[in-house]
Amino acid sequence: MQQVLHIMGKELKDFFISPIAYIVIAVFLLVTGWLFFSTFFVFDQADLRNFFNLLPMTFAFVVPAITMRLFAEELNTGSYETLLTLPVTFRDIILGKFLAGVVFVGAILVPTIAYPLFIAGMGQLDWGPVVGGYAGALMLGAAFTAIGLFASALTRNQIIAFILGAVICFVLTTMDRMLFFFPGPILNVVNYIGASSHFQNVAKGIIDSRDVLYFLSLVFLGLYAAHLAMQEKK
Amino acid sequence: MIQVEGLTKYYDDFCAVDHIDLDIQKGEIIGLLGPNGAGKTTTLRMLTGYFKPTAGQVTIKDLTIQDDMVAIKHLIGYLPESAPLYPGMLVFDYLDYIASVRGLKNDAKQQRIRRLVDLCGLQGIMHKTIGELSKGLKQRVGLAHAMMSDPEILILDEPTSGLDPNQIVEIRDIIRQIGREKTVILSTHILSEAEATCDRIVIIHQGRIVADDRTETLKQSGSRSRRLHLVLQNADRAEALATLDALEGITAAADGPSNGTDTLNLVLTCQGDQDPRPAVYAAIKATEWVLVEFVQQTKDLETIFRELTKEN
Repeated sequence: MQQVLHIMGKELKDFFISPIAYIVIAVFLLVTGWLFFSTFFVFDQADLRNFFNLLPMTFAFVVPAITMRLFAEELNTGSYETLLTLPVTFRDIILGKFLAGVVFVGAILVPTIAYPLFIAGMGQLDWGPVVGGYAGALMLGAAFTAIGLFASALTRNQIIAFILGAVICFVLTTMDRMLFFFPGPILNVVNYIGASSHFQNVAKGIIDSRDVLYFLSLVFLGLYAAHLAMQEKK
Repeated sequence: MIQVEGLTKYYDDFCAVDHIDLDIQKGEIIGLLGPNGAGKTTTLRMLTGYFKPTAGQVTIKDLTIQDDMVAIKHLIGYLPESAPLYPGMLVFDYLDYIASVRGLKNDAKQQRIRRLVDLCGLQGIMHKTIGELSKGLKQRVGLAHAMMSDPEILILDEPTSGLDPNQIVEIRDIIRQIGREKTVILSTHILSEAEATCDRIVIIHQGRIVADDRTETLKQSGSRSRRLHLVLQNADRAEALATLDALEGITAAADGPSNGTDTLNLVLTCQGDQDPRPAVYAAIKATEWVLVEFVQQTKDLETIFRELTKEN
């Protein structure tokens, strides 16, 4: 556990040292802020539903951009060898990097708390869905981080890692909007696999164990796949 | 301390390391020699747990790499080839991080880092980004990284590559200093380096061990077979060859590399413990030939290395 924290600390430091992190934060805030506020005054409603509706789609691109370097950079510079010969297990490394990614996703969400505060000043804001929205955003972020981590463990090229991660996250996000492509009998399965509906459930303020379980299993699958990818490299 | 049995590594169907057996005692400095692609780095990577062997067993202090890899990693300090460290980190941050992962805390950590800064000469670069450092400086940071936990076993993959002659001498001194109490395994393709630093030399070629002996023994084994280079004037080739070939202790007389003048260049191969030089000299003295050059060449480590690692 100690080792997990050391690795996480080091990765977090790396995040905040590299300029990419700040670019990602800036792009994320610009895109969400603009998309949200461009229609906010038209709807004239004191809620964040629009913001949380867009979040899965922006996350599908922002989170893989955050996680792309986690393994790919190490593989590329060769520091992977130094890392693996330290007294740590694969599990320590994966968990450390994963937690650093989740904390960073949390960090890019922090500035957006200005939105609910701002809206609360203008009208009656129902805080329930807001809290649920952020909880859902963290779960979704964790799931996408795990997927991005897996994509990063597959290649030494950060761009490939990003595209791979973004494609998987994008498919998961848009899946339940493409239901009409699928035959009737598997509709329910496809619907369950899609990430958006689970996120929207949580974002409404309903924390259902099915949704929590869904995100947990995505995290587990992503991390396990990353573990397999590391094993393969031995 | 370290037992290696039948260690084998295949990359797909290419055999990089082929049934290597080694028994390494505590306090030995071992040099792994071999041409490029001989399997040195792969062997070291398997010892340090970076690669999984295809077959074979490594036991370090009763721990096996299959079951107790993390415990083994605690015992080993490893400097990979060309020191791949995080280029974006500050030297201090990096050493601090390594110290934490190696389980050092607070005061012990501070002390150890300070000690290593002195030992490896890192004063003045602690606040620099690793990526900015020259190759030699980076190598020193790598060395500090490897020695962080004061490990019982130090494994260094080409520790002096990219260093200038002064730094090479410094690093060798450090290695010899450490080698008094610790076990050191280093790989290199610079022979003089192995000769200067190692107690024992293991020569690897095409994934197999072709020689494994104490450095002195290996050097002595070379001096038993020697060659004499002769340059004669005023001599008939056939007659000279016949005369010299008949001498005791000479196994073969042959033409040496000619330099195009009218001198006669000969190479005599000698076997046995007896020095054949007096006999050769006496034989030449009895004739009208003029002896211009007379040089004995013992096989040095380089010749042994070349002979053992010749492409078949």
